[in-house]
Amino acid sequence: MLDPAGPAAHSIATLWWVMLITFTVIFVFVMALLALAFRPAGSGLVPAFAEKVWIIGLGLVFPAVILLGLLAYGLWIGERLMPRAGAEVTRIEAEARSWSWRFTYGGDASRTTQNVLHIPAGRPVDIAITTADVIHSFWVPRLAGKLDAIPGHINVLRIEADIPGSYAGLSAEFSGNGYDNHRFTVIAHGPEEWQRFLEGDQ
Amino acid sequence: MNALARHRKLTAIWSSEPGWKGWFSTVNHSDVGRMFIVTAAFHFLVGGILAMLIRAQLATPHSAFAGPEIYSQLFTMHGTIMMFLFAIPMIEGLAIYLLPKMLGTRDLAYPRLTAYGYWCYFFGGAMLLISLLFGIAPDSGWFMYPPLTGRIHSPGINTDFWLIGITFVEISAICAAVEFTVSILKYRAPGMTLAKMPVFAWYMLVVSLMILTGFPPLILGSILLELERAFGMPFFQVELGGDSLLWQHLFWLFGHPEVYIIFLPAAGMVSTILPVMSSTTLLGYRWVVAAAVALAILSFGLWVHHMFTTGIPHMGLAFFSAASTLVAVPTAVQVFAWIGTMWKGSPTLRLPMLHILGFFVTFVIGGLTGVMVAVVPFDWQVHDTAFVTAHLHYVLFGGFVFPVLAGIYYWLPLVTGNRRFFRLGEMAFALIFLGFHVTFLAMHWVGLMGQRRRISTYLPEDGWTVINLISSVGGFVMAFGLTLVLIGILLNLAVRHRARRNPWRSGTLEWAIPRPSAAYNFASLPQVNSREPLWDNPVLPAELARGDGYLGDAATGRRESLMVDIATGKPEQLVIYPANTRLPVILAAVTGVFFVSLLVKIYVITPFAIAAVAALGWRWVWQLGSRQDLGDQPIGHGVLIPPIAEVSRPPGWWGSVFLLVANATLFGSLLFGYAFLWTIAPGWPPPAFMEPSLPTMLAAAGGVMLAAGGTAIAVRKNQNGSNPAVAISAALTGALGLVVAFAMMLWNAPPAAEHAYNATIVVLGSYGLFHATLTSLMVLFLLARQRAGYISQRRRGELSIVMVWAIYLFVVTGLIILAVYLPGLVG
Ligand code: HEM
Ligand SMILES: [Cu+2]
Ligand SMILES: [Cu+2]
Repeated sequence: MLDPAGPAAHSIATLWWVMLITFTVIFVFVMALLALAFRPAGSGLVPAFAEKVWIIGLGLVFPAVILLGLLAYGLWIGERLMPRAGAEVTRIEAEARSWSWRFTYGGDASRTTQNVLHIPAGRPVDIAITTADVIHSFWVPRLAGKLDAIPGHINVLRIEADIPGSYAGLSAEFSGNGYDNHRFTVIAHGPEEWQRFLEGDQ
Repeated sequence: MNALARHRKLTAIWSSEPGWKGWFSTVNHSDVGRMFIVTAAFHFLVGGILAMLIRAQLATPHSAFAGPEIYSQLFTMHGTIMMFLFAIPMIEGLAIYLLPKMLGTRDLAYPRLTAYGYWCYFFGGAMLLISLLFGIAPDSGWFMYPPLTGRIHSPGINTDFWLIGITFVEISAICAAVEFTVSILKYRAPGMTLAKMPVFAWYMLVVSLMILTGFPPLILGSILLELERAFGMPFFQVELGGDSLLWQHLFWLFGHPEVYIIFLPAAGMVSTILPVMSSTTLLGYRWVVAAAVALAILSFGLWVHHMFTTGIPHMGLAFFSAASTLVAVPTAVQVFAWIGTMWKGSPTLRLPMLHILGFFVTFVIGGLTGVMVAVVPFDWQVHDTAFVTAHLHYVLFGGFVFPVLAGIYYWLPLVTGNRRFFRLGEMAFALIFLGFHVTFLAMHWVGLMGQRRRISTYLPEDGWTVINLISSVGGFVMAFGLTLVLIGILLNLAVRHRARRNPWRSGTLEWAIPRPSAAYNFASLPQVNSREPLWDNPVLPAELARGDGYLGDAATGRRESLMVDIATGKPEQLVIYPANTRLPVILAAVTGVFFVSLLVKIYVITPFAIAAVAALGWRWVWQLGSRQDLGDQPIGHGVLIPPIAEVSRPPGWWGSVFLLVANATLFGSLLFGYAFLWTIAPGWPPPAFMEPSLPTMLAAAGGVMLAAGGTAIAVRKNQNGSNPAVAISAALTGALGLVVAFAMMLWNAPPAAEHAYNATIVVLGSYGLFHATLTSLMVLFLLARQRAGYISQRRRGELSIVMVWAIYLFVVTGLIILAVYLPGLVG
């Protein structure tokens, strides 16, 4: 996820770096306060604060302001990553089972692939995720976050690859003995190649 | 009588049987507290060894050390042992040992229950360890998600060990929580108002209420899942109207508060120790208490943040994300209050303080990464990766293990009477601190690089080899440090090197007891006027030993203490405790037979085990009370108060009320599950609703009104001095009628294995049947007690206890009838 290759993964990676920097600053600040507690008495280095400063200023207001900002930022990103209807959205069904993935294209039960997911590059793709047995999770770290495959439910995840190429996919919910190798591959095609995939044999 | 004579006399009254036999019959809080702590430490050792095996396995790619079958047991049991068999029992042990001493009293509210809780923990823990020894341990991760844990995908006995063993262990948490709540509210030194309570007691009060409302969802979930596995009742099977998401909700309704149940007692220790280490008082005591309460309340609204990837609508996620980041506020209030305390005083780097600094560094990082994963899009990426595992260790190790180590070093002189003479502890701290951060900083990093949690091995191509190796080395350094801690403690126990009585110059009452600590704690009970009685009056220990306080004469030869008014701390009732008995261990063993019969599925034994539990329970309560009115008793300083047998709200009344809080939460969780399946599960509505049955409804309504009304009239009659026997008999008839009504309901219920709706009806009916039977037994008990002369106009407490249960029965019967028949009536 530190090497993003799609819009969703990009914005989450940015989110991570923003949080890492902010929180490092906060951490250093708190540790500095902690260290200053050991300043020699009567050194006059830093005056002592009143109870109000500690509790209301640092305890209540300080985190509240930071959290509010962060929360708004997180919600805004989350909202943008939601699958929205659109003309060029491709929909692909993904069904997990222990321990493989089957992908169905265009709602056509005869157009399926096993453990390899073909998508068009540079276009949003909605993956409708479900499972035939236990809970699994669909995750392509370089493209987007993960979403669970839950019996009886269909969850839709929006993914997109910036450029053609192949990306590692993982199942990210423990599912028993075959979990280690419960993987798949995502192949993102350029426009012509994608057209050929849709028309041609697999 | 001089101090020594008083000491001898009180010791004779309070001490347990000598030698190892005493372990089985002791009900003294100091003994049981120590037993809890030692057993929990043993489980920490086992969990730690499992952690080392995990890190050994992950140190290199293609590791052939353990295959996935074994590896799944390793991490599942590591998580399970650490959470259920180490952290919670360690808290229970510390609080059992410390609370009465801090509160200035002689024991907890229900000494036999303390012991019963210990033995439930011991036997339940043993069940899980045995499964580990035989390689048939639970192996689906510590949160046990179905359908993986269902019968189809986990046919073995492994999962049953978890569901049944953990439920058995939970009994001890519920017992302890009831006990702490009542003890903190009612068993304090005279004059100790709520605002003068040691801050640790406040934290434990909050934690206890959280256990009472946090554990029942898990207990319910475990029961439902076991019912599904054993009898095919499909609560979590989507094809038959169940939904596996229901488990996730029930589990995390417990699981999130659980984290705070573990953290808050540790925070309580920090709030206690840190001011002493800084020679000052806690800054913002009221704010800190308010923050703990706020944290507790908020923590029940966060559970969905463990389910951000399950496909819940984004608006819902936004709410839980906001709530989850919000908890950082009360946490920050506490952290800054602590740092402010240090600024206010003059902190010194003694050993407990080192661990508190370790706590600060680690916990602040854990809190910040916690805020990160509370931001939904980020969680979508890191959920179920090593990043989350690393985060949770920063919180649990930083927020629990470091404070507990601080606490151990702080209170060790109290327990052993000895002081340290090696600098082993400082060395150990350095290794633990360093090892910890190396291990888990590295795990954050591989997590971000895409390493999932719970994988048994990885490939060299993944590029995680070096980081994992570093992490494992760090793990072993930390393990070495923890071993040094253990050695240090053993040395402290073994080598006699007397400490001063109050080596840290604390102000709280636990340092006023004789040294080494005596079974009775206080030779006489102090009058408390501030939060730091020992600072007000440094010679208090000597005065108490001289018998200057309350109950100083040990005249009756019984174990005595005081109950006080909740707010003011004014003495209210004279407590007479039961003495040593094997009843708790026997009752726990029989309870164990019940659970084992379910585990090995030999159901013919189950009814006998239940009957034996009921019989022993009967005996348990029969031993209390008195056959004659004693009248108000002198407790010293000219104060006269009634004994607990002669009040309308005896300890059993308080215990019943808080036990029913837990019980009501269980019932509420059941109704939540019903509503959840109804609205969310795909397979609803069911093929047919239950036919409303007029005879059942009439029998239930008549029965419950007679039961509750009869009890109420019995209370009234007894109050007026007339004979309550007829009214009690009427109540008995009513309760038995209700038993019949619920039996009829179950008889007519549709087959439970066919749809989750049917299964829910059966569980609701069984819940009613159980409570109707229980209340019948209680009313029957009243009748027998009345015959035997235990009840009089003054000795009225038992009637009011049964009244509480009758009211509860009344309410749940109404709700069950509605839940079962209303859909059929409307639909
Ligand atoms: C003694 C030092 C410890 C080490 C080296 C350690 C190491 C680990 C590791 C490597 C894992 C990840 C297993 C995996 O994902 O494959 C893990 C999981 C876990 N640990 Fe620890 N741990 C330690 C102490 C603790 C403590 C003190 C607690 C709790 C109080 C704890 C609670 C957990 C839990 C709940 C899990 C998750 C288990 C699961 O995924 O089902 N650990 N630990
Ligand atoms: Cu998950
Ligand atoms: Cu949580």
